[in-house]
Amino acid sequence: MTTSAETHFIRSTFKEPIAPPMRTSGAIHWLRENLFSSPLNTILTLVILYFLYSIIPGIVDVLIIKAVWVAEDSKACVADVVGHPVGMCWGFVGAHWGYFVFGQYPEHLRWRPELFFALEGIGLAWLLIQRIPRKDLGMIYFFVVFPIVAFFLLSGSTTLGLEVVQTHYWGGFLVSIVIGTVGIVISVPLGIILALGRRSHMPVARSSSVVMIEFIRGVPLITVLFMANVMFPLFVPEGWRPDSLLRVLVGVALFFSAYMAETVRGGLQAIPRGQYEAAQALGLGYWQMMIKIILPQALKIVIPGIVNNFIGLLKDTTLVAIVNIFDFLKVIEASLNDPVWRTSGMPFAGYLFAAIVYFILCYGMARYSMSVERRLATDHRH
Amino acid sequence: MSVESAGRPSEAKVVFYNDPRVRSLFFQLILLALIVALFWFAYDNTVTNLKKRNIAQGFGFWNVEAGFDISQTLISYSAASSYGRAFWVGLLNTLLVSFVSIVLATILGVVIGILRLSKNWLIAKLATVYVEIFRNIPLLLILYFWYRGVLGLLPEPRDSIKLPGSIILNTRGLMMPRPVLADAFIYPLVVFVLMTIASIALVWWAGRVQERTGIRPKTGWLIAGLMVLVPSIVFIVSGAPLSFDVPVQGRFNASGGMTLAPEFVSMVVGLTTYTAAFIAENVRAGILAISKGQTEAAQSLGLSHAQTVRLVIMPQALRVIVPLLNSEYLSLTKNSSLGVSIGYPDLVSVFTGTVLNQTGQAVEMVSVTMLVYLTLSLLTSAFMNWFNRRVALVER
Repeated sequence: MTTSAETHFIRSTFKEPIAPPMRTSGAIHWLRENLFSSPLNTILTLVILYFLYSIIPGIVDVLIIKAVWVAEDSKACVADVVGHPVGMCWGFVGAHWGYFVFGQYPEHLRWRPELFFALEGIGLAWLLIQRIPRKDLGMIYFFVVFPIVAFFLLSGSTTLGLEVVQTHYWGGFLVSIVIGTVGIVISVPLGIILALGRRSHMPVARSSSVVMIEFIRGVPLITVLFMANVMFPLFVPEGWRPDSLLRVLVGVALFFSAYMAETVRGGLQAIPRGQYEAAQALGLGYWQMMIKIILPQALKIVIPGIVNNFIGLLKDTTLVAIVNIFDFLKVIEASLNDPVWRTSGMPFAGYLFAAIVYFILCYGMARYSMSVERRLATDHRH
Repeated sequence: MSVESAGRPSEAKVVFYNDPRVRSLFFQLILLALIVALFWFAYDNTVTNLKKRNIAQGFGFWNVEAGFDISQTLISYSAASSYGRAFWVGLLNTLLVSFVSIVLATILGVVIGILRLSKNWLIAKLATVYVEIFRNIPLLLILYFWYRGVLGLLPEPRDSIKLPGSIILNTRGLMMPRPVLADAFIYPLVVFVLMTIASIALVWWAGRVQERTGIRPKTGWLIAGLMVLVPSIVFIVSGAPLSFDVPVQGRFNASGGMTLAPEFVSMVVGLTTYTAAFIAENVRAGILAISKGQTEAAQSLGLSHAQTVRLVIMPQALRVIVPLLNSEYLSLTKNSSLGVSIGYPDLVSVFTGTVLNQTGQAVEMVSVTMLVYLTLSLLTSAFMNWFNRRVALVER
């Protein structure tokens, strides 16, 4: 058959193999994909790299290399005295460390606020770290036992043999943490009650909760603080003379209760109706249903939201400085006016230190809340 | 005991204190009594305390001469003006700083939010660093940083920093050219407004044509001509009725032009940089909330990347973003009250600060201030709810 030889072709040699595909893994591929995927991206990447190259050494220089780490007074941070240009004057922070942390709390009694910090740390760890068991005991510890102990520990009591320390000696980081803690300890239970009230079928409970929540959420914290500061003393009989820190604490706690209530309400709304109906079918009363069935589920869902509220609370505690409470920011401000330390470069070191402390605390909490969110997220959207 | 009575207990057998309605009524009465008692207690004490301290009550102070100056006023005001006038000055300052910051923060926030989703790793990371830094530092600290840290380092007037465009920067603030409008400026302005209306009509007409025929008429260049070219011609023909009052560097201070006080600049920069971080997160969340299937479906229909974003992603993402932006705008407005900390004469600073110190009428000042913010909040939510309804999903 001659025709078949013309219509068929059988390759007798191997073709040259084509080049393997571009790498789909490894560093080169990653760079190509994420930094140089198009001409425009390449230009942008190079511009940014040049920008970073031109500013990062300067920043490192100012913050670390040329910074003054130990200083007795502002002279140690003046370029003319040192002989070369100086960066951040961290010595300023070091010299005021005790004042920044405790304010004017008497030095020989500072073990008390230190113990307070430790007790607070235990409580927070107990509640926030998943692996530690008996969260119920943790709740009782943090919301009942710890506040009482902390109160006597910090303010002192003659019957317990602890020297009394007036609140106007308290200051610095201690006061910020005290305000934050009182805010948490009061706003969580009060927020839950307000949230339950807002979803209640009783008209009086519902309307009073709604009015309180919406009123507080509609005004800035600073006006609430002014109200606590100047109006609260008018509301009570003249002899009472509420302490200035106490007034602010009441204001902050009420303010954040409203925000907490809205967060908790979100959780309550996310619980399916069937849970309520099942609880009622079992014959549970309202409080039994809430405490045993609904709240444990609702609160678990809103943990990230509550932690985000805490971040807001911690950041907003700085506002008390405006009504003359010596919180962390206010003591830094006050130390800037310290005659020994008056030079123009000082504010940067002080404010930057405060910024770093707040950033570490808030960012830490934010990461925590994100990790909880991931653990709770069981749907796969993408 | 018969079977019927066990199966259906009659109403009469429930003791009255176990009846849910009675219980509910009883608890509500107690709650009401407690609230009334609390308010009465506060009211009674307040009246007694005010009498004892000889503090006036009521709003008689409103028309009394204030006797203090305010550094930044949008309406005419002097120390001889009344407290009521001071109130309006403070309120306008609050609104001004909030409005300017809202506009700038939205622009910056949207840009950063989109950059966070960039495919370029470096850009996305830089945007993330910005967001994380500004979200996790108290606003008050950011304001102090700008006001005392950065603006505190500005030079004295005699060695001012001069920026292009006749902008002068020194400890007195930011000075820039002030536009001076001649009377004839009305012509190009009217023409511009008319052209804008014409352009809107054109876009609407193009939409109609597209719906009918499926082809959208090209209107881009026409609109550009209408909005830019025509008003420009009118502007030149009517004799260029716009000039600038340029600030001139003097020996001790610059004169002329328009000066933005350092407090105002710090407030705007602080509020903008802070709020932009939150807005960026909202924008990102909104875009990420759109499921991948939408993008894939759009691409399989043959839409380009730009069309996918404009016609498919953004309309849906806006539904998520708008309510979130609403609450950011509200909190920015409320945060503008921090002006009191750096001496920006906003409502809180003027009214709850200076006026309260002078008159001592705490109840009136704090109530009025709170009422203003409450009204602003309610108005903003009402507007945003209306807007939200317009972009909301139409369920079929």
